[in-house]
Amino acid sequence: MSTAESTEARTRRTPGLVPVAETLSSAERRPAEPVPPLPPARRPWAFWRLLGSELELTFKRPRNLAMLAVVACVPVIVGITLWIVAGDEAMGGLVADVAGNSLMLTFASFSFLVLLLMPITVSVVAGDSIAGEAGAGTLRYLLAAPAGRTRLLAVKYLNAVVYGYAVTAVVALSALVTGLILFPAGPMTLLSGSTVSMAEGLTRILISVGYVGAGMAALAAVAMALSVFTEVPIGAIAGTMVLVIVCQVLRAIPQLSALEPYLLPSRFTSFDAVLRSPIDTGALMSGLVTFGAYITLSLTIAWAHFSGKDITA
Amino acid sequence: MEAGAPIGASPPSAAIVTSGLTKRFRGGQVAVDALDLTVPRGSVFGFLGPNGSGKTTTIRMLLGLVAPTEGECSLLGLSRAEALPRVGALVEGPAFYPYLSGEANLRRFDAADPTAPAGTARQRIGQALDRVGLSAAAGKRYRNYSLGMRQRLAIAAALLGPRELLILDEPTNGLDPQGTREVRALVKEIAAAGTTVFVSSHLLAEVEQMCTHAAIMRTGQLVAQGTMASLSGGRATRVRIDTPDAAEAARVLTGLGLADVRVGDDVSATLEGHAPEKVNAALVGEGVAVRGFAVVRPSLEDVFVGLTGEGFDVDG
Ligand SMILES: Nc1ncnc2c1ncn2[C@@H]1O[C@H](COP(=O)(O)OP(=O)(O)OP(=O)(O)O)[C@@H](O)[C@H]1O
Ligand SMILES: [Mg+2]
Repeated sequence: MSTAESTEARTRRTPGLVPVAETLSSAERRPAEPVPPLPPARRPWAFWRLLGSELELTFKRPRNLAMLAVVACVPVIVGITLWIVAGDEAMGGLVADVAGNSLMLTFASFSFLVLLLMPITVSVVAGDSIAGEAGAGTLRYLLAAPAGRTRLLAVKYLNAVVYGYAVTAVVALSALVTGLILFPAGPMTLLSGSTVSMAEGLTRILISVGYVGAGMAALAAVAMALSVFTEVPIGAIAGTMVLVIVCQVLRAIPQLSALEPYLLPSRFTSFDAVLRSPIDTGALMSGLVTFGAYITLSLTIAWAHFSGKDITA
Repeated sequence: MEAGAPIGASPPSAAIVTSGLTKRFRGGQVAVDALDLTVPRGSVFGFLGPNGSGKTTTIRMLLGLVAPTEGECSLLGLSRAEALPRVGALVEGPAFYPYLSGEANLRRFDAADPTAPAGTARQRIGQALDRVGLSAAAGKRYRNYSLGMRQRLAIAAALLGPRELLILDEPTNGLDPQGTREVRALVKEIAAAGTTVFVSSHLLAEVEQMCTHAAIMRTGQLVAQGTMASLSGGRATRVRIDTPDAAEAARVLTGLGLADVRVGDDVSATLEGHAPEKVNAALVGEGVAVRGFAVVRPSLEDVFVGLTGEGFDVDG
């Protein structure tokens, strides 16, 4: 703005015209304030910077690292156990499959972990996402920064998805390394009896990681939807776990078999479609559609509630 | 006018304007009731009120954390998304990640501001820590901070960028006397640089020392607002004289035209526009032995008690 204007404004408020007692404490004598700076522009990388900060927070937090360590141990334990019992010639089925090929341990580990332990780790991170910040009070400072409610939700969700994929990848890597150490490498025999090359086997592991990770992303969306409703992270985490367990119970009731395709955990185990020859893409696709539906619905609920929520913690 | 002149630079008049701002919580509690507040730019504005009078709720509405039931508010004459990056805030005490260091905590909140340049983050965080005297503890985990250090870190977080407005909710809570003085000095320094400061407090003396303007809340309603001078305007400045010659002093004061002359442990009267030094000279000239001479300005506490009637109790 022109300096002429502000000088004029200053001279108009001649200090002498104001009663002395008042000038002591009033703001009238303050020099004309500096011209406000340009409206601060949004930085193009702002979203990614916040996501980076979120990932750093997640992957430096001891609790989350401990969970990764635990899921990494399971394939090792499973592998060693199977290696010991495989000495017994009479064993067949899963034990024989795993003992026969180093790559099979990955699938065995997924089937051990995908119904409980991996969902726990993902619900801890996703359930804590908003509720944890609200409970600690940091949410009010993030929003005042201003992080933006939609932006924060998006960052939090992407972060949980990355963590879900990290858990899945850690399980696969740990199983792969353990398998390669304990069991013979070479062509892999599929469930249908046909054999594929090791390279083909590794590709199928990659596909199963993609699929299981997508399942974890769907679970993360459900946990986020619960997370926006509470300031107690344990509530959102436990709530998600209760849902997972209720689904397992429902699956076990034969009269309710019509429900089964719609339950999230039933779809988690469909990763074994990669062990068919050829890959049962139909099963994978319908699983992915279910995940997509859960993600859309849950995130819509989360957004609808969070965008208008009073932050009083 | 140069080409880079700010487009739509916020009107110079007010930093905060609320009109009819009301918050009724679920359950029927009316925390803020039809609040009409105007905080002039450049002022240090004290927002006073007893516990539970709605100060924090008002601040939450200003920051967009809580949606008003009725009425509206604006910051710096801008939309909230535009205004908030220029506003530093401290709301209801510090809140940080206990497992991060003070510095890492500030980096986190800086990352949440979409307008903050990442390139200067390190430098800005260093400056903010320096301003609140926390540089030495920057690498310490927040978990291990003392209450006062936490409060300082919260103030540092409010100073991460160039701010046009600072909203501080009880900034001296938990600080030692030294820290309290430092915060007061900091607020003055920030205000002198042109930043408007809106500070809530229930410490009357503190507001009196720091602020140019004040508003007083009671059970969600505004009972007064204005410059400190206008708030104390209804009450006169008094002189108090400590003297063994009380009767003589009273006579002189009355003779000079001072009003409401009272004789007790000491002699006091309202100044009625007289210069205190002239009054003193007159007393000494008349042979009154003056041991002590004081000009007593009306304290905000007097004003407050006058306005709310019943002191500083929590109402509903
Ligand atoms: N989330 C809420 N739900 C219901 N009532 C609330 C909620 N938050 C605050 N209140 C009520 O609103 C009123 C004002 O609270 P507020 O926190 O704004 O007061 P305050 O002036 O900041 O008090 P203090 O000086 O103690 O910090 C209080 O009566 C309080 O009980
Ligand atoms: Mg408060």
